[in-house]
Amino acid sequence: MRNYLLRRLFQAVFVLWAAYTVSFGVLYLLPGDPATIMAAGGGDASTVTREQTDALRHQYGLDQPLAQQYGTRLLHALHGDLGRSVQSGTPVTRLIAQALPTTLQLAAAALLVAVVLGGALALLASWTRSGPLRRLLLSLPAAGVSAPTFWVGLVLVQLLSFRWRVFPAFGDEGFDSLVLPSVTLALPGAALIAQVLARSLRTALAEPYIQTALAKGAGRARVLFGHALRNASIPALTLVGVMTGNVLAGAVVVETVFARAGIGRETAAAVTVQDIPVVQGVVVLGAVAFVLTTLAVDLIHPLLDPRITTTTDRTAVAA
Amino acid sequence: MPGSRPPAAVLASAVVLSVTLAACSSTSSSSSPSGADTKPHAGGHLTFALGSDPLCVDPHQAATNDAVYAARGLVDSLTDQNPATGKIVPWLASSWEVSPNATAFTFHLRDDATFSDGTPVDARSVKENLDAVVQLGAKSIFGSGYLSGYKGTEVVDAHTAKVTFDHPNAQFLQATSTTTLGLLADASLRRPADSLCTGPLIGSGPFVLDGYTPGKSVELSRRANYKGGSGQAGHTGPAYLERISFKVVPESGVRTGSLESGQVDAIAGVAPQDEAGLRSQGEKLLSRPNPGVPVALSANTSRPQAGDIAVRRALEVAVDRKEVVDTILSGSYRPATSSLSSTTDDYRDNAALLAHDPAAAERILDAAGWKPGPDGIRAKNGAKLDLKIILAPNFGPNQSVLELVQQQLKKVGIGVTLRVLTIADYQQAQKSGDYDLAWGNGTRADPDILRTAFSSKLLNLSHIHDTRLEDLLDRQASAADPAQRAAYVADAQRRVLEQAYQIPVFEMTSVYALGSRVHGITLGSSSQAQFYDAWLS
Repeated sequence: MRNYLLRRLFQAVFVLWAAYTVSFGVLYLLPGDPATIMAAGGGDASTVTREQTDALRHQYGLDQPLAQQYGTRLLHALHGDLGRSVQSGTPVTRLIAQALPTTLQLAAAALLVAVVLGGALALLASWTRSGPLRRLLLSLPAAGVSAPTFWVGLVLVQLLSFRWRVFPAFGDEGFDSLVLPSVTLALPGAALIAQVLARSLRTALAEPYIQTALAKGAGRARVLFGHALRNASIPALTLVGVMTGNVLAGAVVVETVFARAGIGRETAAAVTVQDIPVVQGVVVLGAVAFVLTTLAVDLIHPLLDPRITTTTDRTAVAA
Repeated sequence: MPGSRPPAAVLASAVVLSVTLAACSSTSSSSSPSGADTKPHAGGHLTFALGSDPLCVDPHQAATNDAVYAARGLVDSLTDQNPATGKIVPWLASSWEVSPNATAFTFHLRDDATFSDGTPVDARSVKENLDAVVQLGAKSIFGSGYLSGYKGTEVVDAHTAKVTFDHPNAQFLQATSTTTLGLLADASLRRPADSLCTGPLIGSGPFVLDGYTPGKSVELSRRANYKGGSGQAGHTGPAYLERISFKVVPESGVRTGSLESGQVDAIAGVAPQDEAGLRSQGEKLLSRPNPGVPVALSANTSRPQAGDIAVRRALEVAVDRKEVVDTILSGSYRPATSSLSSTTDDYRDNAALLAHDPAAAERILDAAGWKPGPDGIRAKNGAKLDLKIILAPNFGPNQSVLELVQQQLKKVGIGVTLRVLTIADYQQAQKSGDYDLAWGNGTRADPDILRTAFSSKLLNLSHIHDTRLEDLLDRQASAADPAQRAAYVADAQRRVLEQAYQIPVFEMTSVYALGSRVHGITLGSSSQAQFYDAWLS
């Protein structure tokens, strides 16, 4: 087990380094010039003087050889200093620390809504005896998956905020402001969960042990929740893991529409103006999140299902 | 093409538009007539939605209008500029003298002005601030241009400061009216520049900074012991508003809906397609063309086709500016009438040179040997007349405007290819010169922006080599006498149009919408919203 963890740790460091290096390379391959973008304030460069761009390039060390820039930045990054935003001069670590809670709140709320909504839909469809109702319920997920996130968001905001004035249209203060964005972000995920869970519930309900349970006199509720759901939920739970990534990607759009100062919007803004330190900071953050989730999933998997146990662990020990 | 797909935000606003229109017909918010409540009074909390994150609220470094709204409240400047006449009027300085060659400027300060920490605003503060802006270098994008050639500031006595330059710098007087050269207290100037963007800041203005949360909001509150008010403000003494919250709301449809549903009091960056809806909801629209270079096609004169003056002159008269404004934009926008927009100091109306005349365009092209080909597009010596236009999506309607221009030009046999690029790609193309015409504009209340855009001594992206124009631009920069300077600027404007280095199309315009309880927001000389006289009923 210790060897396994050590190996994972080594992998994690490698992933972080690779993410940092690849993002550095990609950002420098982009055609634009951060100094010009800064000087022109995101607009026309014809009214900017060469002295201005040269001075900016020098101030931010963008005129040094590429290898030197890479080395300096990597060295600082190793000490936890991800540099300062080229746009605002704020340390990148502080920008991320300010934006992260907003995004985590949003992501957690969205995952919760997705699980509850998707689960309820699948259970209701399996519970009902009415054929037409079941077909209607089962057709909803397809619509949920195909509606573009920003469109759903704008319709929700139009009705629930502008028209009926139930929730605020923008901001990230308090529970009220979390409702519309998290529902918007949750809908595609809820639809996926409903689809997967409904399908595996159907398979589970056709298994012989269900007949056995019914024959033993168990009620419909007990059969559905006690037997079928337990077996059917494993694929859906795996899906929740995958969805974490999607939720973070969807945050870019949702945070823009609902004016939340989170990581997604920060990233979109930084990419547009080639604020390299900020983009790299977000990439490193993403890599950390990825490393942690995969590690958690790998460690938890054997606990959930004894049959999956430690194949990786054994190879690790053997190696 | 990396940039040929429209950004999500543009699509999103189109969707909001259709939903808004559907909602309009059924809801009718009756704006109560303010009646007795017509006199300005103190108090109230105004919420104002911005289109983008200010990024930096330090007045010396603030680079966008969205940053200037807040920054303007934090600092007073030596002078102010009358937006209607362009005239420079007293503010912290009650009078000033300019040396005959525009290299030295002497300011006589009022003696009752203070910073919000109680320290006096004196001649030494002027020196400390200008020195600090120079120290910032390129971090103060505007300041580095305003103070180019700065030799130093001499503290003549407690209330007299003399600023000198190593070359004539006539635009400096207007620059002293900008937020960029506003005065901060010593306590702020002593702190490292990087830490100033998010505050705290101690300034000379009517408001103090309570906080700036990047990406989210800027909070200001009123300063009770403020004695100022510029020569053209509506009142003196403290501001009326108790507090102002600037909220960042990037999506234009969400800003519009938030104003209509009363979640904010006023918004910036109203999209042209939202104007009619807002008006029908009873919101007040406030707009003013941005001073500077209008939205225009700048020719890359080093290219064979765009380098042909006949082609450029034909472009000038083949574009139907009125049709562009009427069909794509809105009533707030105006067709361009010169190489400067109408709100720029020393602007002269040259509409005659730009009058829509397709027949004239055809005559010019015929005479220059550009003959119509089988598909209607002209050619000369076997080369087809096909101009490559580059544009960036920094203003929503850009692409629609240029698609219309493309149709207009086709009628006289000029073919154009549109290339929508990301901002980064656009700027790269401007530099590499791989284009015939570049779509863009530049904002500055002083006509010196012509020198920045067209002088061959500066960046010169148009590759212009015109000794006559260069001479005019140099002369206006060193003319201390305003009348004389205006004459040079007038000639320079005309020269740019006669040579058609640039084909101006429309004037970029700042459009705001205000809820019915908002009064007294004024637009400054750069068309930025100002809050000193604002009050709520």
